[in-house]
Amino acid sequence: MTTALKVHQIGPATAFQDLGRPGYIASGLTRGGAIDTLAVHEGAALLKQSPDCAVLEIASVGGVFEATGPLRIALTGADMTARIDDANAAWNAAHQMETGQRLTIGAARSGSYAYLHVGGGFDAPVRMGARGGHLSAGLGRLIAKGDTLPVMPDKGTRTGFYLSRDARFDGGTVRIVPSVQTNHFPPEERARFEATAFKRDPRANRQGIRMEHDGTGFAAQGMRTIVSEVIVQGDIQITGDGTPFVLMCESQTTGGYPRIGTVIPADLPRMAQTPAGGKITFQFITLDEAVAIEQKDAKARAGLAATAQPLVRDIHAISNLLSYQLVSGAISAKADPFD
Amino acid sequence: MSSTYPTIHTVGLSGVLVTFAEALDDTANRAALAFRAEVDAQGWDWVHESATSLISAFFRTDLAQHPAAEITAQLNDLLATRDWFAAPLPEGRKLWHIPAVFGGDLAPQLDEAAEAAGLSPKDAIAELTRTRMRVITIGFAPGQPYLGTLGEHWNIPRLGTLSPNIPRGALVAAVRQLCLFSNDTPTGWRHVGQTAFHTFRPTSDTPFPLSPGDELLFHATTPEDYKTIAANNDDGTGGATWEALS
Repeated sequence: MTTALKVHQIGPATAFQDLGRPGYIASGLTRGGAIDTLAVHEGAALLKQSPDCAVLEIASVGGVFEATGPLRIALTGADMTARIDDANAAWNAAHQMETGQRLTIGAARSGSYAYLHVGGGFDAPVRMGARGGHLSAGLGRLIAKGDTLPVMPDKGTRTGFYLSRDARFDGGTVRIVPSVQTNHFPPEERARFEATAFKRDPRANRQGIRMEHDGTGFAAQGMRTIVSEVIVQGDIQITGDGTPFVLMCESQTTGGYPRIGTVIPADLPRMAQTPAGGKITFQFITLDEAVAIEQKDAKARAGLAATAQPLVRDIHAISNLLSYQLVSGAISAKADPFD
Repeated sequence: MSSTYPTIHTVGLSGVLVTFAEALDDTANRAALAFRAEVDAQGWDWVHESATSLISAFFRTDLAQHPAAEITAQLNDLLATRDWFAAPLPEGRKLWHIPAVFGGDLAPQLDEAAEAAGLSPKDAIAELTRTRMRVITIGFAPGQPYLGTLGEHWNIPRLGTLSPNIPRGALVAAVRQLCLFSNDTPTGWRHVGQTAFHTFRPTSDTPFPLSPGDELLFHATTPEDYKTIAANNDDGTGGATWEALS
């Protein structure tokens, strides 16, 4: 029988994800996939497996999952409280679970989207070439209490490693490049956009993130006559009342609102993870600068596995501390520990 | 042909957009379709996927790997090889016959759309079922076609207040276009007809039945016949048939 995770409790918005379903823009379907693809790569690096493996994307709060057999897991993205049975489980790390053990994932302490990876990846149904849900298009569904999530055979063995966390979970500066309609915004309007302190509105999902700010809205020239045009992930559209929306992985494929710029791919994870109320400023950079950043970022992503470090167990996290043989091996304080 | 068009723009780091006009225009739409087909036929390895919108062709790539200057030069060379505005419509097009209910409870905004177009409801239905509507683009939602073009008197504005939930399969009208909805959605377009035609069929071998250039002819049906069709519609065809056009 295949190994699986049984879902005993689940938050309101958890679904299978992967790196998306490219190739359907012409048919009106955006790529979808994980909203924080860096977290997908981090989980793959921790488990030393392909980033194409299906994962669980968890918004706001996790759930309780029981292993029906031994399996490896990794936790990445938004930092949520996590326990395996009664022991705390470090975030941004890979762990072993044994048959019958329960993983409890709580609420986010920072960030917006958490990821649960399993060794081998989840055996989610393949639809149109990918396993990730695209719920606005009707592909896939939310995970529900009582579900059994089958896991693919796992060829790997490594657990007990972690990756250091970056600073993408609390807002900050998001870099953007000019796009097709940027010139419809007068220079002073673009300067004001860069100088504005935005807050991520609670109205945000996988389709788009509404940004709020004090002061008047932003406006392009000839806004009402712009012909509907293709959307790419990271486009910042300015709606009729002057509010910016950052369009994310599950947006519509075309839009009639003008776009002031496009978030560079390297900063999309920060955009995705900034929690409601988190502060964001946008900074224009040139296409050449963006290309250099993206090349460096791709290299860093490919080298993630090499940066994983062995997890040192926190003594307070060891629930059965008293059962460990802590003294019998301590023969001499002078003994070389590396002997 | 305008001296400033076509233009080539980068789109984020995700691709380039070739635009053939400033406003919606039938020759620009044909140019975009023909140019996209020709680029696809070239088989250039930097093109990860392509699409057309109303007046543009989009080529997705990774500009961090493929320099925009080289791509732009290559596209300009291809643009210079012919008059794209004189291009014929794509090959392999289909003419679809799609049953639809016009007016009544199933499409309650027909009467006001007709009035806005200066027509009686009967004359409006006659025009909507007589005009072969062409798919000018697929977009916004999966498989969703924008259909052109009705006569100038159909240049009716979108409603200021959105209708909260217009159902999948709805035929809606605004600005000389019709749109056939993929999903339930709020909209400012007027709900003039209702079909059982699914524009996105995720479990089918052909999940997107319609392509740009296809033509659609709507056939008025009764609410009773519509309900029978909708009740026996596991494949999503909604009683539609098609024939080859070209």
